[in-house]
Amino acid sequence: MEGVLHQIISGIATGSIYASISLALVMIFLATHQINFAQGEMAMFSTYVALTLIQAGVPYWGAFVLTLVFSFIAGMVLQRTLLEPLARAPVLASVGAFLGLLLIFNNIAGWIFTYTLQPFPTPFGAGAPILGGMLSRHELGSTAVTLVVLTAVWAFFRFTKLGLALRGAAYNPVSSRLVGIPVARMLSLGWGLAAAIGAIAGMMVAPIVFLDPNMMAGVLLYAFAGALLGGITSPLGAVVGGVLMGVIENIAGAYIVGTELKLTTALVIIVVVLVFKPSGLFGKTLANRV
Amino acid sequence: MKRRTVLAGIGAGLAMPHIRPAEAATVVGVTKTEIKIGHTIPYSGNASSYGVIGKSHSAYFKMINDQGGINGRKVNFISLDDAYNPAKTVEQVRRLVEQDKVALLFNVLGTPTNSAIHRYVNQRKVPHLFLSTGADKWANPKDFPWTIGWQPSYHTEGQIYARYIQQAKPGAKAALIYQNDDFGKDYLNGLKDALKDDFNKVFIKVLTYEATDATIDSQVVSLKESGADTLVSACIPKFSAQLIRKAYDIGWKPLHCMSNVSASVGATINPAGPEKAVGVISSQYLKDHSDPDWKNDAGMNEWRAFMAKYIPEGDINDAGYVFAYGAVQSMVQTLKQCGDDLSRENIMKQAANLKHEVGVLLPGISVSTGPTDFHPIKQMQLTRWTGTTWERFGGVLASS
Amino acid sequence: MTQSNSRFLLILFVVAAAVVPLVFASGYQLFQLTLVVAYALSVLGKNLVTGYGGQVSLGQGAFYAVGAYTAAILMEHFNVPYWATLPVAAVVTGMVGLALGLPALRLGGLYLALVTFAMAVAVPQLLKYKLFENWTGGVQGIVLNKPDAPFGLPLDPDQWVYLFTLSVGVVLFVAATNLVRSRIGLALMAIRDQPLAAEAMGVELSRYKTLTFGFGALFTGVGGALGAIAVGFVSPDSFSIALSLTLFVGMVIGGASSISGAVYGALFIVFVPNLAEEISKAIPGAIFGVILILFMFFAPGGIASLLSAQMRRFRAAR
Repeated sequence: MEGVLHQIISGIATGSIYASISLALVMIFLATHQINFAQGEMAMFSTYVALTLIQAGVPYWGAFVLTLVFSFIAGMVLQRTLLEPLARAPVLASVGAFLGLLLIFNNIAGWIFTYTLQPFPTPFGAGAPILGGMLSRHELGSTAVTLVVLTAVWAFFRFTKLGLALRGAAYNPVSSRLVGIPVARMLSLGWGLAAAIGAIAGMMVAPIVFLDPNMMAGVLLYAFAGALLGGITSPLGAVVGGVLMGVIENIAGAYIVGTELKLTTALVIIVVVLVFKPSGLFGKTLANRV
Repeated sequence: MKRRTVLAGIGAGLAMPHIRPAEAATVVGVTKTEIKIGHTIPYSGNASSYGVIGKSHSAYFKMINDQGGINGRKVNFISLDDAYNPAKTVEQVRRLVEQDKVALLFNVLGTPTNSAIHRYVNQRKVPHLFLSTGADKWANPKDFPWTIGWQPSYHTEGQIYARYIQQAKPGAKAALIYQNDDFGKDYLNGLKDALKDDFNKVFIKVLTYEATDATIDSQVVSLKESGADTLVSACIPKFSAQLIRKAYDIGWKPLHCMSNVSASVGATINPAGPEKAVGVISSQYLKDHSDPDWKNDAGMNEWRAFMAKYIPEGDINDAGYVFAYGAVQSMVQTLKQCGDDLSRENIMKQAANLKHEVGVLLPGISVSTGPTDFHPIKQMQLTRWTGTTWERFGGVLASS
Repeated sequence: MTQSNSRFLLILFVVAAAVVPLVFASGYQLFQLTLVVAYALSVLGKNLVTGYGGQVSLGQGAFYAVGAYTAAILMEHFNVPYWATLPVAAVVTGMVGLALGLPALRLGGLYLALVTFAMAVAVPQLLKYKLFENWTGGVQGIVLNKPDAPFGLPLDPDQWVYLFTLSVGVVLFVAATNLVRSRIGLALMAIRDQPLAAEAMGVELSRYKTLTFGFGALFTGVGGALGAIAVGFVSPDSFSIALSLTLFVGMVIGGASSISGAVYGALFIVFVPNLAEEISKAIPGAIFGVILILFMFFAPGGIASLLSAQMRRFRAAR
């Protein structure tokens, strides 16, 4: 029985990794109605920027804030220079550009920072793990950070005018423009915020999986699946979905089908859920307008 | 005669699975001043971390050329990207063989990629030398006389661990975790071959992970729950580091035999935490740059001088550079032995007639091959991590 | 230009595509062209699903793998001649596509993208699963023999495989052209462009969507089988997620809503990586990414739509 409990706790810890990237995906979906396949690689690149700063002697939280600022600006610049020109092109052209970005970030990171596995520092202290070793301090701390980011994102969209404008710009650009929302600026703001959230996720993930240019390859699919399971329009759903992915994966792998089929099983479960609840557990159905 | 042999090679060679004994010398890719060597490796894609090996080879041959070449010939080293995709490897290797007309292929990386060209190069009779993969199947001079590996095989290493466990911990309850691909599977097969029917008695839990997983924490929890007191792990550095850390965190202290692939201090031990890895056993054949034992070692200093001059921007902790430096020595030695007869037949004959020392190999380990011995490196050395260094123990072990 | 004229040109083009490489290309170049045809068929399957059917599939590599393994297993374990594996591969991948098309019906857009993406990740893992290991060769894969030219034709294996692959490719491209011009194709495009209106007019959404998925899988699967015969080797590592993304790139570069786009896309994914490598050995992946983004800027609808726009301008000028 202790084993099951341990698997569940370990699953929550891994799941909160997925959840943090799921949140960034939801952020960018709410702000632009697109899924950015380069999200994981952008987060990885930001994490390298943070590591470089830390190695240069900047204290952790200083590097943390600087990295957020860098990522925010880089996200806005990317949107302005790359995606704005593609705004009127077919959607597939944007997806093609995302894939291009993914390749560029991955290859450039390897070139600049090398492919050697790097340890990344944790801000939560290296003390002994809690719950009999089931949860390390960093896992506890990073789960808390994910929850803080979730609350912030939710409050931003729920209570601020800017958040509402952002969603409006993505959902219906034409009407938004008519009521005076600067749609173009909103879109770059959305990219900037998503890049910053991705950077936080990267810095929380790196101490667990270690930093290398392919750090996010294993995370992105789960994050994507978690976001859709929870509902791509709901930040809370993204976090719940991501954590559920971690737990389902662990239980299936350890007790039901074995490690070779755990991914397949987790995905089948999600597809079944989506067939019965197409908008995800917490998502709103996007109405089709005739 | 010569022309006919070549034509036969082009016309029927692809279709015929039979290898006829070499009748006449075939000289391709060699001029008075140059020899062409072909190579493929992933410079792009998910496996591009291996690209440093190709980078190292290019730099090394540049050094050789700066020093006047081998027997007066410069090396024209053509290294192409295959993105670790077997279909692309076939395309690139065919380009090297048919268009660039290289004399030989050297250190092509990867098991699936080399599998895809294995038959082709043997039908074409192109020397396929010192492959960058630890699979066991490359040592088969009878059916594939044109292919020869270099590093000790994963299969052998699995056997070494099986014997070590039997002797150091009789009655062990062991667990195995391996990467679910050809690399990990070879360890499973090595252990099974060594233990025979006892495998199922000794190993009470066998788990896998995928190279695309995010973490293997769940597997570590399961392994501990199984009650095993001994662990063999065949993982790449990222997952070995996770494994060592998680086992430590949950208070599981098995006798841990870890694949040589992860024995790097820089890539595995330091990320995991040197104190958490104390007592981990591995087996090695190369010296580790970050091991204080080799701080003033002549062989390693030679390598360091090469790195400083030719790859100053390279990450000195990346064990790929040491591996590449070792492998290329066998290539150079082969060409030196060939003298002026650089026919493909003679290149293959000399590759299968090596006996030389390599500065970056551990003491007591050397390269030797023979007409029926296609395992250039047969020995490994058991080592134990003390918290600061890999301590060698028990003498050099040879494969059976 | 009249229709019979353009058809004549097309036939001329096909004959040239067959004869010119046979005379001038080396074995290595023929191999590259064979891969182009195999990828073109696979991209074509993707175009049917995404370009004509309006459904985003990110996992077309999974069907490529199923087709390739079907051919390899039949050749290795049942001694089926290589040419006879193609219809089987077509049927098997078509059925798999239909089976997966059923849930695809309920999940549009992003959800379908996820399911297909996940499928592409899961298929290599299933291929090496221990239950199937005896058939698939597990992690080691299967090595195949290269087919010889039949009837004593004076062709070497590379020439023959190219000719064979090209013939199959031409037949399937003609079939695809007829398919999109047929009732099914018109219904598909109606669904893609005006789903509600099409449904209101009585087009059975679900049936056509599933059918497209099946047809798309079939074309890609045959491409995979031809690729396996040409390469002579299959293994789980041959069909990683990178393959699906490559096919996706082929689709957007060539032009998703066109038949001919598949050929341009396939040329791109075979030859541009080599070009990227020529430019920089240090970062070939990044160079490929930059070229991809540049194409998206200058030909956002793909090469096919760029060409047809040029053609229109040319005709208008005359």
